Amino acid sequence: MFTCIYNGEKEKKTGKSVFGETMQKIISEDPKAAYLDADLMNSIGTWGLEEKFKNQVFQCGIQEAHMMGVAGGLAAVGMKPFAHTFASFASRRVFDQVFISIAYAQNSVRVIGSDPGIQAAYNGGTHMPFEDICLYRAIPHATVIEFTDAAMTASLLQVMKDRPGFTYARMGRKNSVAVYSEDSTFEIGKGNVLRDGNDVTFIACGMMVAESMKAAIELEKEGISAAVIDMFTIKPLDEDLVTSYAKQTGAIVTAENGNYVGGLGAAVATFLSETYPIPVMRIGIKDLFGQVGSVDFLAEFYGLTAKDLVAAAKKAIALKK
Amino acid sequence: MLTPLKEFATQIRIHEMIQFKARGFGHIGGSLSITDCLAALYGEIMRIDPKNPQWEDRDRFVMSKGHAGPALYATLALKGYFPIEELKTLNQNGTRLPSHCDKNLTIGVDMTTGSLGQGASTACGMALGLKHAGKDARVYLVLGDGECQEGQVWEMALFAAHHKLGNFITFLDNNKRQLDGFVVDINNIEDPAEKFRSFHWYTVRIPGDDPDLIVKTVREVQANQGDKPGMIVLDTVKGAGVQDVIDIKLNHHTSISAEDADRYIEALEAYMKG
Repeated sequence: MFTCIYNGEKEKKTGKSVFGETMQKIISEDPKAAYLDADLMNSIGTWGLEEKFKNQVFQCGIQEAHMMGVAGGLAAVGMKPFAHTFASFASRRVFDQVFISIAYAQNSVRVIGSDPGIQAAYNGGTHMPFEDICLYRAIPHATVIEFTDAAMTASLLQVMKDRPGFTYARMGRKNSVAVYSEDSTFEIGKGNVLRDGNDVTFIACGMMVAESMKAAIELEKEGISAAVIDMFTIKPLDEDLVTSYAKQTGAIVTAENGNYVGGLGAAVATFLSETYPIPVMRIGIKDLFGQVGSVDFLAEFYGLTAKDLVAAAKKAIALKK
Repeated sequence: MLTPLKEFATQIRIHEMIQFKARGFGHIGGSLSITDCLAALYGEIMRIDPKNPQWEDRDRFVMSKGHAGPALYATLALKGYFPIEELKTLNQNGTRLPSHCDKNLTIGVDMTTGSLGQGASTACGMALGLKHAGKDARVYLVLGDGECQEGQVWEMALFAAHHKLGNFITFLDNNKRQLDGFVVDINNIEDPAEKFRSFHWYTVRIPGDDPDLIVKTVREVQANQGDKPGMIVLDTVKGAGVQDVIDIKLNHHTSISAEDADRYIEALEAYMKG
């Protein structure tokens, strides 16, 4: 059960601090849980855990590809490993290792990619993963998640621990816009309806959920009723919920902080084109590389703002037959 | 008279040939070169129970040069993990014996491999997990010499020493050849023993064609490695045990006629009988 507390304000806690606290809790409560990192523990709030939990927390150094193999091996002998690095390295740099040593080999591993999309900000294009959702959606039976805020991070990390198979979660390290109360719980594979509506539905993930809420409020002022769904599980897609809101509103706008090639929007549009064809507008990075900049600048540059969502919603509504 | 382990190695070679004959092609050279090592491991060294292949306390084996699957399948079948008759399904449609090792298809295979370098890390992860779970099970890994051109091998080499994986032994099948020719010509790995020694592995280098010597060496390494990972560089011959295969210029993956396979099997049987 979840409670939506969105009012446009940011959470007090950072994603990083909540990640560190939660990982420590997981490790201390389950002796089979393991945590690996590739020299980014100080960046994600887990620094020092390797000293406290010598048998469960392993600093791998700057060896992302090897780390994924080690995680696969740990799983094969009964551990429940999490492996973290920045989302760019946690996806494109290690794709074959995750594909074979984890997913294909059926070693249950949870990979966490931090600083997704434009949230890599001043680390720039090399560190800016726009393609991780697309890459990991292409792995059979993979679970692909984006944590919406720190409240979700705290809850879902614990759910992920016991999930079989390969699970990828991307998450922000800073203060997200608060969407959920701290006692909210979530079910992987089920989208959350944060706001009901009749004219159009936003289906969003990550930082675009709050942006969609903002856009829905703007649209309401113009007499347009927009629903907002937090589709934090990008794969497996909650098809029932998509169908239900496709029928209810007749137009969809998807929104994600990543390349719209192969992402959440592609998943929704493909599903609907085969089952219940209606207008679907995709908000996302339109097949471009990253660059340095503030998140606000980059959101403006790549068209990831509430203003872009409002325009897309109007276009989607206009396309309805 | 052959020693029991040499006889086992010859039986493995015969059963590799039975597989290749049924399919008509395969990774023949590199399967033959690692056969004596497999005879030593499964014939003597490893703590295993073929009737309980998922036994939690078993030793683990990872064939990182996953294309040598047929050598491992022959070994496992002869040990009773699955019926010997099944060997004839190698690479047939719907088989449980694919070209490259797959732990979810083949009973007794401990890790899925095939993309070179990756078995190094998964084996290392298994050793790390078993060590920190307080288990006394050991992990044995086979790397190819060509495989050592993969950077991931050296990431593993650094990590295994740093994490003091004294429950871990790697064999390097130093057969000097890879798909396109000789390792020395393609991208020379020079002296791998020297390299692993410099990575602080307990390293020895021995001829790789004598399973009894391999057993003796493993015992010595385990008595002396302490908290270092062990490296046993096996100087082998790609195609070992079948001269015609050795003589093929590029013998990594070759076709094989039923007549040739039968001839090789006959010669191996004759060798076994002395």
